[in-house]
Amino acid sequence: MGRRILFITTDQQRFDSLGVNGGSIARTPVIDSLARDGINFTRAHPQNVVCMPSRSTMITGQHVSTHGVWMNGVPLPEDAPSIAATLRDAGYKTALLGKAHFEPLLDPFLRFAENRMGRNNEFTEMFTMPDGSVVPHRGFDHMEFAGHGAAGNLHYVTYLRANHPEMLGNFIANLDGDLEVTSERGGDTDAPQVRRTNNTPTDLYHTDWVANRTISWLDSLDVEDDWFCWMSFPDPHHPWDPPSSEIGRVNWKDLDLPPGYIENAAEREAILRTKPKHWMGWYDGSFISNYEAPAKWLPSSLTADQVREINALVHVKNELIDEAVGRVLAAIKARGWDDDLDIVFTTDHGEMQGDFGFMFKGPYHVDALMRLPLIWRPAPSAKIPPATVTAPVGHVSLAATFAAIAGLPQPAYVEAPALPVSDDDARARGHERVLTEWDSVLFGKVVGSRTIHRDGYTCTAMLPGTVHDGTEGELYNHAVDPLQRVNLWDDPSMKSVRDDLLSDMRQSFPKTVLPLRDCDAPV
Amino acid sequence: MASYRREIHIERTPDEVWDLVGDPARLHDWFPIDNCVVEGNKRWIYLASGLKFEEEILVQDNAMHRFQYTIINNPIWKDHLGTIDVIDDQRGGSFLIYSTQGKPDVLALVTEGAAGAAIKKAKQILEATK
Repeated sequence: MGRRILFITTDQQRFDSLGVNGGSIARTPVIDSLARDGINFTRAHPQNVVCMPSRSTMITGQHVSTHGVWMNGVPLPEDAPSIAATLRDAGYKTALLGKAHFEPLLDPFLRFAENRMGRNNEFTEMFTMPDGSVVPHRGFDHMEFAGHGAAGNLHYVTYLRANHPEMLGNFIANLDGDLEVTSERGGDTDAPQVRRTNNTPTDLYHTDWVANRTISWLDSLDVEDDWFCWMSFPDPHHPWDPPSSEIGRVNWKDLDLPPGYIENAAEREAILRTKPKHWMGWYDGSFISNYEAPAKWLPSSLTADQVREINALVHVKNELIDEAVGRVLAAIKARGWDDDLDIVFTTDHGEMQGDFGFMFKGPYHVDALMRLPLIWRPAPSAKIPPATVTAPVGHVSLAATFAAIAGLPQPAYVEAPALPVSDDDARARGHERVLTEWDSVLFGKVVGSRTIHRDGYTCTAMLPGTVHDGTEGELYNHAVDPLQRVNLWDDPSMKSVRDDLLSDMRQSFPKTVLPLRDCDAPV
Repeated sequence: MASYRREIHIERTPDEVWDLVGDPARLHDWFPIDNCVVEGNKRWIYLASGLKFEEEILVQDNAMHRFQYTIINNPIWKDHLGTIDVIDDQRGGSFLIYSTQGKPDVLALVTEGAAGAAIKKAKQILEATK
């Protein structure tokens, strides 16, 4: 009998959303307590700031350049390395409940296992590996999927269709009639992707559904089983349409504007003009480069009240997640597993949530999207003291961490050591820098960037593309500029710092596996 | 309007490749759909998700090894044109090329993604048989 692993992820949640990380609106006592009893990482970055590449890093322990899911819509190969498969080979029972998104969601041909399983209400699909072995999809004994609402082919939607068809229309549809990310507006402020009238009961909303399915799977296990359970909430990702019965928790009119929002438009635009061209291009609608935000919504139209209303709904979603986690932990405790249970909590990427006048996400490597909550509550039986780790770490370390928890050697396929348990341990393990990359080629628009965070600086080099010639970039000194408003890239006095970071970055990134695989869908 | 192209090299003669991909009634043998029905210059294709597309066959040129079709009477697809070309590599093999254009751009991309899987399957089928 070993240590069990509960891996909890959310989608598009900011570092500062949790009380333990300075959040003052959403009440998150359950997750906060995990941080206080465990290790709270205060500089954790994803290796990509959108779902599919980021999640592929979590499961493979590899940078994007290696696993090859270089943008949303590029499927992770069926035979890609999987820490779930490694743990299963070691005798663990394995499950993923909630949002997976290793494969495109937009899939009318049902080419991808996630969509086939969801559509057919099946919980695994066997796959023949190149060596002839037949294994469950990505190494999970059990998979049940949910996404951001009631469209598509995932299990949650299949469940609603079969049992509560009247609720399908409660949710904002992710795509409009042209299959573009919807620019539907609503709420009190006519904000993008806001709806205050989703009358789905909380216990049927996808957050509770994911928790309920997790508890159900855990209930199916023997008390002696070792298990790895990835509980993956689709929230607080847009659309912002939580159950209407819950939205009274936070009155948007009571909220202060977030520190990252620059209320004065002239000041905001002056700062955007100091950043590479794709920032201002998105803001004024002259360069829509990706499928991560509504193409028909103009960020420059965003009002302060819309920021407040959206943020209020995000806080509501985060409270619902915290309460759902609490229910699952109570169920685990009732089984007597808690003393040997490791819990890891994180998210796949952040959300602009008003910073610099933006909502949603895209090729913007700033804290809003890159600085993530990451908490590891080691099993109490391991007697690892609580700590705050300030050293830079990344999702790329998760797979090695899970292997270490299970007492397994570091898998050969991973590209980073396990997470440290203290800053001293971080130095010993070589956690000196964290890397993030972006590539997108969509509808003729090409954007690429490479980012390093080290020594309190974030440095991003833009690659040649549709609007960049390869000379632009961003350099921020977090010690004096925590909101990343002063771009030091072209500051002569910072040239040596910039060049040192770029040199380190180029040496540290793995060589990109070529040719790049085809992008088969926008998401 | 989006325009995409996927291509693959197949170690079979153009005539052998055309026998498979030039027959509109055999689409389900290599394209990721459940079934298809051909009546005259009309074809209906049935997707695993339950969707059904009506198509009009525009070109079926057995000499040039070109097949073109368009999706019609569809609430989403606009200005669709699909083209399959088989090109002689002059060394006993062929290039199979599948092109898609139309609106919305997103649907063109998703369809071309399926076409990418389809041409790989066509290669697998053809090279596995002699």
